[in-house]
Amino acid sequence: MSESATKTDAKGYWSATLKLTTVLLFIWFACSYGAGIVFRDFLDQFSIGGAPLGFWFAQQGAIYFFVALVFYYCWAMKRLEKKYGVETQ
Amino acid sequence: MDQTTWSYVFVGVTFALYIGIAIWSRAGSTDDFYVAGHDVNPVLNGMATAADWMSAASFLSMAGLIAFLGYGGSVYLMGWTGGYVLLALLLAPFLREFGKFTVPDFVGDRYYSSFARVVAVVCALFVSFTYIAGQMKGVGVAFSGFLGIEYEWGIVIGMVIVFFYAVLGGMKGITYTQVAQYCVLIFAYTVPAIFISLIITDNPIPQLGFIGEVKGTDVSMLDKLNQVISDLGFLEYTSTSKSMFDVFCITAALMFGTAGLPHVIIRFFTVRNPGAARISAGYALVFIALLYTTAPAVGAFARLNFVETVNEATYISDENYEAAATTVLAQGGKPVPQWFKNWEKTGLVGFEDKNSDGLMQIRGPAAPDGLANEVDANNDIFVLANPEIAQLPGWVIGLVVAGGLAAALSTAAGLLMVISSAVSHDLCRRTLFKNMSDTTELRVARISAAGAVLAAGLLGLYASQLGFVAQVVAFAFGLAAASLFPIIFLGIFWKRMNKEGAIAAMLTGLVSTFGYIYYFKFGGGSAEQWLFGVSPEGIGFVFMWLALGVGIGVALMTPAPPQDIQDLVEDIRVPGNRHDHGIADSGMHPIDGS
Repeated sequence: MSESATKTDAKGYWSATLKLTTVLLFIWFACSYGAGIVFRDFLDQFSIGGAPLGFWFAQQGAIYFFVALVFYYCWAMKRLEKKYGVETQ
Repeated sequence: MDQTTWSYVFVGVTFALYIGIAIWSRAGSTDDFYVAGHDVNPVLNGMATAADWMSAASFLSMAGLIAFLGYGGSVYLMGWTGGYVLLALLLAPFLREFGKFTVPDFVGDRYYSSFARVVAVVCALFVSFTYIAGQMKGVGVAFSGFLGIEYEWGIVIGMVIVFFYAVLGGMKGITYTQVAQYCVLIFAYTVPAIFISLIITDNPIPQLGFIGEVKGTDVSMLDKLNQVISDLGFLEYTSTSKSMFDVFCITAALMFGTAGLPHVIIRFFTVRNPGAARISAGYALVFIALLYTTAPAVGAFARLNFVETVNEATYISDENYEAAATTVLAQGGKPVPQWFKNWEKTGLVGFEDKNSDGLMQIRGPAAPDGLANEVDANNDIFVLANPEIAQLPGWVIGLVVAGGLAAALSTAAGLLMVISSAVSHDLCRRTLFKNMSDTTELRVARISAAGAVLAAGLLGLYASQLGFVAQVVAFAFGLAAASLFPIIFLGIFWKRMNKEGAIAAMLTGLVSTFGYIYYFKFGGGSAEQWLFGVSPEGIGFVFMWLALGVGIGVALMTPAPPQDIQDLVEDIRVPGNRHDHGIADSGMHPIDGS
């Protein structure tokens, strides 16, 4: 399958993947559990339109962040795959 | 044409469409049957995943649930979407690279153990059966409530339709029907939402109306709602009675449960490669977010509208609604809205004049005037009555009925796939009769799909007598979070994880979560006894950590897994790198979809 791809750096690819995953999961945690639950009361003193910010994160904002995170992940992984010579079809 | 006729037309047309797709996409091999030939377009797979995911409960009940729970409803919104981030980042691409058919396939091969495989089968079956009972019940309710067909016959019709495309087409048939079902359900959900948003806030986009102002005023919609309901003795909409820690745990249990649900995971086996699995999870999340960001808006609008139009309205028991309403209006009163009268017959809304003043009082538990609440409303009413509240034509109601059925049937079909593949593939082919040919397996798969449809139907009939369907859903998520998620995750990210650890982790998660939920839901436990104040809905998250801890502890005390297994783990981490590895793949070779 990938014997021909001599430049594949599987180790480098995996450690870069882990790093990216950790950062994205941190944001995932911050925008939902952080903004929507733990720091909600604090954020509620600000508002977005007519909604308290913490409440908005819990019912809307977190979901938009989730979507953005997954698409960013796809884009970043494509770049990693190119960089480390990982075979993609 | 009247509403019922329109409902028949929409349901008839959509069902014909589903059957047409089933005939067009018949499965020719086990590869087709289990994973749609590993060749589904990522966007279409995203749609299918969204339909698979959004059940009758998401479509009919969630907006109403949020309307009643206010901020407390956020657990469902974040919980049922955030799991897709975990899926995309931690599971889907790696499981796709692993290249087999089912979740127990992965567990059994990665942990080189038939016992682990069978435990995974038990988890998958348990989770899927609890979930499917609710779907079949939803189908029965939709038929009996809108089409005037008896509950039992409604379930039979639903079974016949699912039988057609699940048994004939397997995953391939299910995938393309789900794509059609997604289109039906999202259209049916958003059209009434747009109109109700226009009525309340004058903004056609519900997500913007949600943070906007009440039409013709400069008061924000949420402030108004907070004030209106707290005046009646309810908790403010933007607050909750649940503790912060409990909200945290419930959200997390739903998220990790989502990521561990077999019928969601198997959808990512159907695409071409790990890259496609990643992007497909992204599309799935977009398609899900479309409904999940609309639902809180619908919930808030509906609650506001419900209180404003029904509270202190004059009840009309007269046969001739029009005439009586005109009289009430002429006397300067507020007549009960027409939609309330229409839905009263179904029992989803009800009025009892406790103080005999002829007016309908809506009151919360802390009502300042001390009056009792006289109006009952079921969660489902808000989505169902939306078209009428928004004064939309009769055909829109038909559309909502078809949408609700699409949501229930698509989820039921995805679950049936898990059940039938667990029996035919994991139990028969991989555990009991290892030399089974592909043709025989396909036949067994069809037979077990048929059996699963039958079992699900019976469960649906039985569920009508048992009121606990909504509660058992806590089982499905809790068990998926505590038993399946930890071992799949460790199986990918920790090479050292071995058979002993995996079995210990699965059993710990299964037994502790099952015991806890059973005790508090059916065994008479009271809220004061909750562990760390965590409700049964959120306990899966706590026991997930327990399972992770036990699994890691046991693994460290027992020998490392064989080299073949460690090589396999290295392979699935890097796309396009999958090789055949001795004992890991001795039962079945990985399938290269590309």
